[in-house]
Order: sequence, then structure tokens, then C-alpha cells
Amino acid sequence: MAKYKIVHYINQFFGGIGGEEKADFEPEVREEKIGPGLALAQGLGEDYDIVATVICGDNYFGENLDKATDIIVDMVKKYEPDVFVAGPAFNAGRYGVACGTICKAVEERLGIPVLTGMYEENPGADMFKKDIITVQTGNSAATLRKSLPKIVNLVKKMATGEEILGPSIEGYLERGIRVNYFAEERGATRGMDMLIKKMAGEPFETDLPMPKFDRVPPAEPIKDIKHAKLAVVTSGGIVPQGNPDHIESSNATKFGFYTLEGMEKMSADDYMTIHGGYDRQFVLQDPNLVVPLDVLRKLEKEGEFGELLNYFGTTTGTGTATGSAAKFGDEIGKRFIEEKVDGVLLVST
Amino acid sequence: MVKGIEKYGIPVVHLATVVPISKTIGANRIIPAIGIPYPLGDPTQSDEDSYKIREKLVKRALKALQTPVSEQTVFEKDF
Amino acid sequence: MKLELGKIEIKDIQFADRTYIENHVLYVNKEEVEALVLEDDKLLECHLDIARPGESTRITPVKDVIEPRVKVSGGGEIFPGVLGKVTPPVGEGRTHALDGCCVVTVGRIVGFQEGVIDMSGVAADYCPFSKTVNLCVVIEPQEGLETHVYEKAGRMAGLKVAAYLGEAGREVEPDTLEVYETKPIFEQAAQYPDLPKVGYVHMLQSQGLLHDTYYYGVDAKQFVPTIMYPTEIMDGAIVSGNCVAPCDKVTTYHHLHNPVIDECYKRHGKEINFMGVILTNENVFLADKERHSDMVAKLAEWMGLDGVLITEEGYGNPDTDLMMNCRKVERKGTKVVLITDEFPGKDGKSQSLADTCDEATALASCGQGNMTLQFPAMDKVIGMQDYIESQIGGWAGCINEDGSFEAEIQIIIASTIANGFNKLAARGY
Repeated sequence: MAKYKIVHYINQFFGGIGGEEKADFEPEVREEKIGPGLALAQGLGEDYDIVATVICGDNYFGENLDKATDIIVDMVKKYEPDVFVAGPAFNAGRYGVACGTICKAVEERLGIPVLTGMYEENPGADMFKKDIITVQTGNSAATLRKSLPKIVNLVKKMATGEEILGPSIEGYLERGIRVNYFAEERGATRGMDMLIKKMAGEPFETDLPMPKFDRVPPAEPIKDIKHAKLAVVTSGGIVPQGNPDHIESSNATKFGFYTLEGMEKMSADDYMTIHGGYDRQFVLQDPNLVVPLDVLRKLEKEGEFGELLNYFGTTTGTGTATGSAAKFGDEIGKRFIEEKVDGVLLVST
Repeated sequence: MVKGIEKYGIPVVHLATVVPISKTIGANRIIPAIGIPYPLGDPTQSDEDSYKIREKLVKRALKALQTPVSEQTVFEKDF
Repeated sequence: MKLELGKIEIKDIQFADRTYIENHVLYVNKEEVEALVLEDDKLLECHLDIARPGESTRITPVKDVIEPRVKVSGGGEIFPGVLGKVTPPVGEGRTHALDGCCVVTVGRIVGFQEGVIDMSGVAADYCPFSKTVNLCVVIEPQEGLETHVYEKAGRMAGLKVAAYLGEAGREVEPDTLEVYETKPIFEQAAQYPDLPKVGYVHMLQSQGLLHDTYYYGVDAKQFVPTIMYPTEIMDGAIVSGNCVAPCDKVTTYHHLHNPVIDECYKRHGKEINFMGVILTNENVFLADKERHSDMVAKLAEWMGLDGVLITEEGYGNPDTDLMMNCRKVERKGTKVVLITDEFPGKDGKSQSLADTCDEATALASCGQGNMTLQFPAMDKVIGMQDYIESQIGGWAGCINEDGSFEAEIQIIIASTIANGFNKLAARGY
């Protein structure tokens, strides 16, 4: 009897259902090894068993993203596998996106280790390599033989809980996760070695290639300010006295919405700052230095703009991961759309 | 946070002291604030003057929100 | 400027009826030290404790760590302008250091920024002071003391005790003697004309009260960039007064033991010609950042440097100073390598730095501070664990009843110190 159970996900093509004309094939589970699963099972040996294969058409998945994900997660759940494998998708774009989506959902909802494989230029790789282990494959199924040993090795490690090493060693696409390790030399020595090479014009390798931040196009301006609803958001750590939601003073994992109702200005009796990155004495005395409520109320009365949203959004900016900040922004943006906010003042310290 | 909100099509004006960071993270409408410990105002001056500085910056922010931009723009001066 | 640094190896600290050194043991008169600390009427109570490597001991909240040193000859006093006389300047003659022991100041938190030192267990691997014998000076401030006043009282207490202990080494024959020399600029350039001229741009934390550093007693935010002989720092010309995040706090110990200066001297005359140090700051106003990075680039050009190493203290907006310095110095034709730590979030997936520039092609990582660790309960706590949840790196609910807790390694003093002191580094997975 095999020790470890695997569930495998493949598309209609690798499942032998058909080509493009069958791309709307609905999810189906079969308790057998199919297509690339045969080679995978052989590579894994007798301790491992692919107990089920889920087949789904690429178009069906793409057009019914949420529904397909729910159905497939339920199918996987029933078998309680030790590892979930999707693909590999090689350079098939829709298939790659499906593999990534379903892997991410299985990992998040079922807590099962997941793995897929793709060619590095597959659009699915860009979307998901950050979140899941994506074995680097060639651009066509003909390269399966080459990437199979890497997949086999990683599946075994995931099943047994063995440590997964770096991307260049294990053969997966770099996820962009920064992981600590103890180097041979201290930082100053490594820095000096780098400098000596750089001055001599010799090749050297930086520890951190400069990241590229993504952009959003500028939103359309407010056309009718006299009737516009404005909102205030800050990363200056302004919270009600006592910090009721326990927002962290650094590397915040949450944000808060707090009321401005009936207030003419920010009172130091009601509000404080928990920001861990600057000298707080001025803002503790006058929180209007960060949330300019006194000015906004005056301008509101004078009709310089329509109205002010009756609460503000807040978190701590210092050391807060860009991933968390993006998530806060998304949640705040969603809420502001519901509130029909027309423009936002975001104050950073 | 700026991008997270702006991607819903709501214009955001970023009042920030460290303009280079604001540019790096991708804010589109930027107003340089006074300083990190007191972005809007200057408590080393009188309360009245500190308030005036704040009012000026907020008014400039309202204008920035009404101004079409096609790329990252720093509103250095009143306009 | 030439300095002989004599190191007296200290293997243990013990309390005794007088303060002296014998057979590598530092004997300390407890009453004398406590009385010295309590000379300051801002402090109500003081008690001393000893923490040794390997013990089941946790020290927190830690403010500063200082190595005892004494100026034996050459003029000047240790920690000039802060504790010692401001003139004559230091960096010349002979200095003795009590190598292997430290003074650690401990007490209720000033901000959120005091840290943890574990003398054993998993967190000890990340902290340089888990390997030293530490004399902990635990202070209790007066009720209602304003934070800046409390910070200063704590800072001065540590320096005073370190200078007092250093005196015990004045007449002791050191175990090793190291000689460091940097000549005036033209002579230094002429000494090794064929080697590339290298400088060190040392960025001092200066974001405002509680985030300050002192150079000969001058608050670093009040100066414009200047040059320093590297040996001055070994006599305590730079003192930490800051409450920046524990993990990348450059303690006064780390100023005395600046690893970049140490590295530059190691390669001096062999692979490089070490020309000296450019001191600059990390201020909170954009105009200061622009002006001072311009001046750093100007000084690098003026010194004729072929390459510089740049280090920062803290993270977030100082990343902007780091990048401005990098860009402007590179544009003067000087090659730059940055040394810094990273903050990519708990999952390690976010951007490591708050700011970037295209010129930053070479960076030595000092590890990332957001990684979490399980801190075991310890048999003994010097100080108190009351603040763990609000100290940087902790969070509400992170501590358990038995005293164990989970936190980011940010909470450990100097775990990711951004000057390259440690071997910790981060890489892409």
C-alpha cells in the first residue's frame, strides 16, 4: 500500500478528451493515472500513488473561474491527498493560468502542499510563481522528460516535509521570496569583495537586484468639486487613544476606519499616533498635523467641496510590507466605491 | 495604498514628505509635505501660521484632485 | 592619525569589593557602579546583573550596548563631547578595550524600539551580544519623566558605566595590540598610488529626538556631511542615542567596532587605499536629504575616490537617503556598493526596500528583519517582558503565559544591523 496520495490536475488535451474543440469540457474526476500522470507515477515509485486525476477544459476553467475552482477544490478534498500536482502546462497560457489558480486555491483552502510546472514565459508563471512552486519546464510537452526528475524530487520533499532549497538548486522559478541564511562572510566583507570587483570592471553578483514597482494609470480628475465627496487616509498611525484594534507600530498587518462624525478638528484627547518611525511628540499634541480635519471642516463649510466622508482610514507606514499596503489600499478602495467617494487625500509622514 | 485605491478609478492625492518614495511606490498626484514629524503644518511656528500652512497644502490638494495628469506629477507650488 | 588599540580579553565578569581586572576576569564593585548611575536624579533605582553566553537568560528592553574602553595616551577622553571633554579630539595614541564584555542598559521602554538579547536558544544565533559577557544596568526612571529626558538619562548611564569599567584596563597589559593609521589626504593618496582609493560613507540615524546619533556631542541632524579619520570612531567619537528598530540599531558598541572600517583597514595597502570616512545623516526633511546627498557626492569627488561603501541605519525613509547617496556618488564616477538589510514582510514576498535607484547595482544584504522566530521561555529575565507585544517585531497576543513568544527577528538587538557586522544575509527563493 502506498504511503502518500497524490491528486493530479490536467486539461482536456493531456486528459485525452480532445483539443481546442473540447476546451469547454466540464471538470471530471477519474480514479486513475492519465497522460503525464503515468510518467509521474513511474518516477515517484511505489510509495506514492496518484489516487485521482481531475480533468477540466481550459476554456471552461477560464470562463467559470470561481465555479470551476469551487468544484475542483471539492473534488480534491474528498481524496485528502498529501500533495496536489497541476500540469505541467509548458507554454500553454490558459492551461498555465488554470494550473496556477487551482494550485493557489487548493493550498489556501485545504492546506495541502501544491506544485505546478511551466515554461518561464507562460503568462501563468508571471501571475503565480510568487505564490506557488512552479517547476521550470521547456516550452513544449516534448521536454517533459527533462523536467520530470525535478517534479518528482519536489513532490517527495513536499510529501515528507523535507526542506525545499533555493530555486537554482531545485529547478523552480524564483518566487521573489526573500529568505534569510547565514553567509560564509559578514556583510562588510562581502560588500568589499563586490566593490573591489566593481572598481576593476569585473563581473559581480548583487544580493538584491533592484525591484521594479508596478504602476496604475492616473485616475480621472474630479469634475465637480462643489459636490464631491472626499475622504482622508493616512499611514501616519493616527488611532483612537488606546489603539483599540492593536494596529502595530511597525510592519502593520491591519488598518482601521475611525469616525470623524460631529468633530470640528482632531483632538489630542481622542486620538494619538502609534507610528514607530518618527518622533511622535508634535502629532501627539496636534493630530491635525496628519489628519487635517480642522482645515477640511472649514473648507467644507465654505463650500470649497461637497462633503467629507465621516470616517478616515489609517495604518502605520513604517516598515509595512508593500504587499500589506496594497491589500489595505484594495480594501479601502472597495469601501470608498460603495461610499461613492470622489477623491482621496492620503497623508504620509 | 495609493495604487490600491486609485485602481478603482478614484483619484488620490498623496501628501508626502519623502517625495522620492511616493514616486517609487507609484503615486500619480504628489504634494510635498513639510516634514516627517509634522507633514501638514509646522508646530515650531505659531498655531496660526501652522494652520495657514496646512490650509495651503489642503487647498493645493483639492486643486490637484481636479487636475488631469498623464504621468506622475509633483505639485510643488500653488497654481 | 595613528591609533594603537590594545585589547584585553575578558572571559568573565564577577562582583567584588573593588573594580579591577585579573586573569581575564573583570571584577566589579556593584555599589560603586550603582551609586555612579544614581548620581542622575532622573533615575530612581539601578541594579546590576550579569548575563553570560549559554545561560537561559533574556535581557529586555535593551536600550544600548557599549564596550568599556579607556584612553591611555594621545590626548582626549573616551566618548568626547558627550561624556569626556570635547577637546582635544580623539583617534590618536593608545586606547585599551575590554574585549569580550559589554555594558547593556535595560529599562522600561522609551518608545517601541528597545530590543531583546537572548543568551541561549535559537534567537542567540542572530545576536552578537549573545556571545559577550554582559553587565546589565537596569534602570528605573522617575515617575512621569518626559521620554526625551528618560532616553538621555539611560544613554548617559550606559556611557558612564562603560567609561568607569574601562578605567580598570588602563594599567593592564593588553593581550593584542592593533595599529590603525590614516594619513592626511595628499599623503594618504601618495602612500599607495597604484591601489584604488576607497572611502566609507557612514550614514548616521538622525530622524529626530529619540532617533539620534551624536558626533563629538553634536546631534547628527544638525551637521552637514563632513570627513572623519576612521580611528576617531574607535575612541567613541560617535555615540548612539537612538531608538530605531532593535534589529538595525547601530549600538555604541557597533560604532566602536564598525565592521566597514575594520574591513577597509584589513584590505588597506593590499587591495585598496583606504582614504577615510564621510559622515552624513538621515534627516526628515526632503531639502536636507537632497542637500546632504549632494555634499556626500561632492566630498567623494573631492577626495578622488574610486569606490565607496555606503551603510545606513534604520529603514523606510532612510532608504531614500541611501539611494540618493548612491545615485549622486555614482554620477560623479565613483563606484558604489550598498550594505543594508531588508524588510519584505512576514511572507518575504514584498519589496525589500522603500526606495530604489538604477545605480544600485551592487548591494550586500544583511538579512531580512520580518522573519519570525519562536522565542523559548527563559529561566531568568533581566529587565521585564511586559512590553514584548508593543516592541517592534512583536504584536498583540504574541506572548504566552510561560514567557515564550513569537516575534519577528526585528525585536532582536542588531540582528540585521545594516552595516555588515553579521553573517546573516537574504537571498531570493
